[in-house]
Amino acid sequence: MAVDEGLKIELGKQGVFVTSLQELYNWGRRSSVWPMQFGLACCAIEMIATTMARYDMARFGAEIFRPSPRQADMMIISGTVTKKMAPQVVRLYNQMAEPKYVIAMGACAISGGPFKQGYNVLKGIDRYIPVDVHIPGCPPRPEALLQALITLQKKIDGQPLTGEGRPRFLDAEAQGEFPVPEQGEHDLEPPSNPAVWPVPLTINK
Amino acid sequence: MASNPYFSLAVLFAAALGFGLTPLGLAWLWGKVFSPAKPNAIKNAIYECGLESKGDAWVQFRSAYYLYAIIFLIFDVEAVFLLPFAVAFTGLGVSACLAMLVFVLLLVEGLAWAWAKGVLTWA
Repeated sequence: MAVDEGLKIELGKQGVFVTSLQELYNWGRRSSVWPMQFGLACCAIEMIATTMARYDMARFGAEIFRPSPRQADMMIISGTVTKKMAPQVVRLYNQMAEPKYVIAMGACAISGGPFKQGYNVLKGIDRYIPVDVHIPGCPPRPEALLQALITLQKKIDGQPLTGEGRPRFLDAEAQGEFPVPEQGEHDLEPPSNPAVWPVPLTINK
Repeated sequence: MASNPYFSLAVLFAAALGFGLTPLGLAWLWGKVFSPAKPNAIKNAIYECGLESKGDAWVQFRSAYYLYAIIFLIFDVEAVFLLPFAVAFTGLGVSACLAMLVFVLLLVEGLAWAWAKGVLTWA
């Protein structure tokens, strides 16, 4: 039974705290997002700055960078993903425990950025793994990364635990494995994972 | 029973045990019952650096490194003993010189053996 939002605020004024299991669960989930400790390129420097005293990522419960994917909840793709590195990134994402989130940080992680025309740079990590929050910038300032984290927390807060629109990890049917690409002759094989990234239609006139 | 002098210790011991085991038990319960496990071959892999593990973990190292130890003994440790011997040479008796000679000859024998084995040849 859902409590009316207005009634909840009214009760709160009287010193009665009303919550639901879903809110409590999501509150716990969003307040302890532990990032994985790995940096790919120059964005990693901004990521490091974000964790330090001036920007203080610890305010959001996300300061504990874990060096092992088994203990991490969030993967910050901080920088250029080369095609040499992409299989490792996807494998690390696979090895993270559920629930897991991904922040694609910077122009390179989103789309390849200034190296988009390069033969050796992946044009966006969302071709292989589901990305929750994209932040543009080259590199994004620490404030932008904090904004991404806040956005992710809002997203977690809004997720229902049952029924339609529930997160992947609560769906027993949903797959947990994302195929790791391999180095092919000219490109990674496969060039993208159609389950997470539908190939856009190219129209040649 | 409460009059036993060890009673308070036993209570504290039980409390300490519970303090340690309860979180572990809760974590185990959470992992077994509630956690949304989605195991697969990649996730269950032993190596967690993003790279695939190759080969066997039970790698044997070559025992041939004892040759380096022998050569090190001959050239380095011998020098350590030769220096004080040279400094005190004028004040030494015959027996001391003989003892040193035996020591050096033993090491030279090792060198001759290593030479004969071809250890000194740069392969």
